[in-house]
Amino acid sequence: MDYSPLLLSLKVAAISTTVVFISGVFFARVLARKQFFGKSMIEAIFMLPLVLPPTVVGFALLLLFGKHGWIGKWLIDWFDVQIVFTWLGAVIASIVVSFPLMYQSAAAAFNSLDDRLENAARTLGASEWRVFRTISFPLAWPGLLAGLVLSFARGLGEFGATLMLAGYIPGKTDTIPMSIYFAVESGQMEKAAFWVVIIVALGFSTILWLNWWSRRNMQRYTNENRSR
Amino acid sequence: MIKFIKSLLVIAIVATMSGCAKIGEEDMEKKEVAISAAASLTDALNELKIIFEDEHDDVSVTLNFGSSRKLATQIEQGATADIFLSASMEDMERLKEHGLVNETTMVEFTENSLVLITNKVVNNPVSSFEQLGTARFDHISMGEPDTVPAGRYGKEVLKHLQLWAPLRDKLVLGSDVRQVLTHVEMGNADYGIVYASDAKTSDKVIVVAEADPSWHTNIVYPGSVMSDSVHPTEAQDFLDLLSGKKGRAVLQKYGFK
Repeated sequence: MDYSPLLLSLKVAAISTTVVFISGVFFARVLARKQFFGKSMIEAIFMLPLVLPPTVVGFALLLLFGKHGWIGKWLIDWFDVQIVFTWLGAVIASIVVSFPLMYQSAAAAFNSLDDRLENAARTLGASEWRVFRTISFPLAWPGLLAGLVLSFARGLGEFGATLMLAGYIPGKTDTIPMSIYFAVESGQMEKAAFWVVIIVALGFSTILWLNWWSRRNMQRYTNENRSR
Repeated sequence: MIKFIKSLLVIAIVATMSGCAKIGEEDMEKKEVAISAAASLTDALNELKIIFEDEHDDVSVTLNFGSSRKLATQIEQGATADIFLSASMEDMERLKEHGLVNETTMVEFTENSLVLITNKVVNNPVSSFEQLGTARFDHISMGEPDTVPAGRYGKEVLKHLQLWAPLRDKLVLGSDVRQVLTHVEMGNADYGIVYASDAKTSDKVIVVAEADPSWHTNIVYPGSVMSDSVHPTEAQDFLDLLSGKKGRAVLQKYGFK
């Protein structure tokens, strides 16, 4: 049995979740509670990958990141980096489809926290970064965690757009969902079942661990602040 | 909120009723012949459907396209079809074993060939399958051999030419032929292996070579009336049209043999 899909899937999901978490939190924080012309337009664009069929997202990504696509051509010319038919393609596809989940959760979390607490910290002279680090982020954490879990799960299970952008090159770009799809389609039920068990175990233990970790972290956080 | 739900309900009810009315009016007395056909036959069959319905006023033809494997599975699980037009003998044989095929009606109505395609942006493309071994390029795309028939034949060709192992890292496998065409059309894959009929559906790809038929299993398309067909006579008429002169002319127009 070839275990490369497991390593590849973990690598792709880990990188994409990290990127999505940081960018999702950033955009949600910057846009939270602001009203300006075109905001709903920006949010609609952010949410688009959620409502489009995966093959449409995949096709759009091919247009952008293909060898002759707008971004893809530029990346090859300047950095000699090819996205299409490489594992980087799988990362990009995962980022794009899981970003809406992170953004939505983070936006809801930041919008619902009590902004008087942030303002109180500001009147006491805290810098914006400190306000974010010690007030906004911890208060929004339950919502952010939900987004983190959702985007990891979505990234791990991403198939349609990945197949289009990363292609299916056995040993190079075959993530677990791809291995499952082609195993089922060709009637190799044992192989499919094996990968299903792996991906279920993986998703399950990740979510358990994240929950445990966040509870422990939160506890320490509140204790620290109390003792101060 | 309640108002909103009410208006949704009204829309749903109106939509359902208008749908019913339409079906009732059109097909009241017409005999319906249901055809499950391999997706590669889409364009040819749409044209033959019009010819057939012109000749038979009392019959309407419904076409259901998909991969041969999926259609065979659907029929096995009880989907109604009067005719099954398959792109592979294997799937037809499977239905035959289950007694779902009226064996006396079975015909091999056409053949297909495999071609090597490329894109206009590729400089100095190869002009034969053999040259793939020495030419410099990044990727070649074809259907996944275990799931896509065209990919299975493609693998046979590459194996015959002893190119399967050397090209492994360059092979981008698609889940269907459309994907292979997309990869080549957009220039992401330099070459692709598809059916001659598929290459004809795209004006953005160039055929550079045709595989010698002796390199792969014969690509025949078997068709048959189902044993539980509701309108076997009309179904047989359609099969006759397809395998006859008119059918052949239409099929050839779309790249079949």
